[in-house]
Amino acid sequence: MKAVILGGTTGIGRAIARRLAERGDSVFLLAREVDDLTRSAEDLTARHPKREPVGHALCDLERPEGFAAALDAADAALGGFDAVIVTAGLFATQDALEADIEFTRRLVTVNYANTVVFCEHARKRLLTRGGGRLAVFSSVAGDRGRKPVAIYGSSKAGLSVYLEALDHKFHAQGLSVLCVKPGFVKTGMTAGLKPPPFAGDPEQVARDVVRAMDRRRPMLYTPGMWALVMLVIRWLPRFVMRKINF
Amino acid sequence: MNPRTTPTLSGWGRLPAPGVEKLSEDLERLTRGAALTRGLGRSYGDSSLPAKADDLVACSRMADRILGFDPETGVLRAEAGFSLVELNRLFMPRGWFSPVTPGTKFVTLGGMVASDVHGKNHHVEGCFGAHVRSLRMRLADDSIVDCGPEQEPELFDATVGGMGLTGHILEVEFSLARIPSRWIHMESERMPSIDEFLAGLGRAAPAFPMTMGWIDCLHRGRSMGRGILMAGRWAEASEAGELAPRAAHPLTMPVDLPNLAINDLTVAAFNALYYWKHLRRRATTLVAPDPFFYPLDAILEWNRVYGPRGFTQYQCVIPRQAGAPAVREFMDLLTKLGGASPLCVIKDCGPEGRGMLSFPLEGTSIAVDMAVSPQIQSIVDRLNEFVIAAGGRIYLTKDRFTRPEHYRAMEPRLERFLAAREKYDPHRKLRSGQSVRLLGDVA
Repeated sequence: MKAVILGGTTGIGRAIARRLAERGDSVFLLAREVDDLTRSAEDLTARHPKREPVGHALCDLERPEGFAAALDAADAALGGFDAVIVTAGLFATQDALEADIEFTRRLVTVNYANTVVFCEHARKRLLTRGGGRLAVFSSVAGDRGRKPVAIYGSSKAGLSVYLEALDHKFHAQGLSVLCVKPGFVKTGMTAGLKPPPFAGDPEQVARDVVRAMDRRRPMLYTPGMWALVMLVIRWLPRFVMRKINF
Repeated sequence: MNPRTTPTLSGWGRLPAPGVEKLSEDLERLTRGAALTRGLGRSYGDSSLPAKADDLVACSRMADRILGFDPETGVLRAEAGFSLVELNRLFMPRGWFSPVTPGTKFVTLGGMVASDVHGKNHHVEGCFGAHVRSLRMRLADDSIVDCGPEQEPELFDATVGGMGLTGHILEVEFSLARIPSRWIHMESERMPSIDEFLAGLGRAAPAFPMTMGWIDCLHRGRSMGRGILMAGRWAEASEAGELAPRAAHPLTMPVDLPNLAINDLTVAAFNALYYWKHLRRRATTLVAPDPFFYPLDAILEWNRVYGPRGFTQYQCVIPRQAGAPAVREFMDLLTKLGGASPLCVIKDCGPEGRGMLSFPLEGTSIAVDMAVSPQIQSIVDRLNEFVIAAGGRIYLTKDRFTRPEHYRAMEPRLERFLAAREKYDPHRKLRSGQSVRLLGDVA
């Protein structure tokens, strides 16, 4: 794989980048801070069996005007990428979002509108070279309207529907789109929250994601237990959802 | 306080203290204003626990990037949360290994510096700090400085073995050691008594770069201190063959055992089995590094066997000048006082390093696990009194019960450390449960 990873310097993105680099895949990093990027690139270079220098470029999901240039830089460095992975996004608890209308606007814009725009840039480039792989992090929170994730979940719901449609539409042209739905994963994003049962760690999720990309799967619940949990949640009747606080 | 609702942190010995740790990949930002940094929580006692519940405790675990590796010289620079388990996984196949490794691989580089860890090769290679070239630290005044053996040597010497009390370690640069293969050539020998054990350790030290022994600490009388001496060196490529050791698949201790699971009977049975498993008096084998260096890492969360009461480890070093009789007397006292423990380890240490509070000194180190019981304080007191009289000292990384007056009595180097602390942290912003207990910091 020649993979571009938006968000590859932290959390699950970092774990995926390491997994790919350690098995010899080429990796290019996109993130918001230069110092963070150079440090992560050095980390991946040291882990790559051939010590292949890992390239990087600035890219901020809040600045869609920079998307094209960032992907051009990745293309140039990798000699044409064939995989794009998006783990970046914003998160806050429902309480925090309800208290901060401006952050709500930013979160919904980043997680839905700007992520879709980024994927459109990536998708077009991949299709011109006969397809490839696009793996994007949505969330189990997008599967059902739920009290504790009303705003965050809705941004991910929109993203999930977009990714599903993309897979339907371009599958025949060789583009495999993977919609990743992580459950609770112990990362910096969720630090400070109490982990529920079946909480995953970034390495475990990274392993699942890379395997699903290799097999060109369209959807992945990870850790796997969440597929079962969400199956039940999706079928719960409305009057039950109103009562429970999950 | 209700222990069910108050969040707590605990060391490896499982005695909790109220507090929470903050996690982030960005350790530099995280440590701003923090009272303490902790890594993987493998120190046994209260050295990685907050002095009070609302102290900001930064956890370095997610700051785990390699920042540079030179395959010519083996110099590695990494963020402080980079762990030994990752180091081994990535670099052993390439022919490199940590110059010094403690008895668990679940430690961070920052923790290895703060504890100035030692290993089976202490008599040859010294402590981990002897191989550190440079540290980047956040000091109590929030400034960020680099130090090393030549640069800011006072800060460096106070930090190596300084239990995190001089500043937050952000980055560590040190030299890896070349290894000729991924196997250990081990020679082991059953030792019927403490005197033969000490003689055996003395014989093995010049011949082998790595030595240590396991002692059956329940046996008394003539076979007191019987056990198994293990000496090893890295196998040459020609001896080791092509095969790589199988990747370790550790089991996880799924539940807390009841408090009394570790008792005289179960430990006597375990010890007898372990001792007599070594049927021949002497054996030579090729072993993988994992079971050689980290036998206990084969069971994750093994500390749960002691049950919810928790446990501590008593580790001290008895100086060479005190001689073999002192070690024999100590073992006699230990077997008289000590509760049953499946783990009792003896090791020859080389000369003292430059870390101001670094543990090892030339002599014999003995480490023994002890369940927490109502008698634990008096047992630790009695052992400490013996160690003070013998001119030895204890290992802070393991300690939870030593009294401040005992610590002062065994640590003539403390003045120098306190002077360095006065210089770099005059307001004692950096503190831990241990520094409150032993150094009189205000909680």
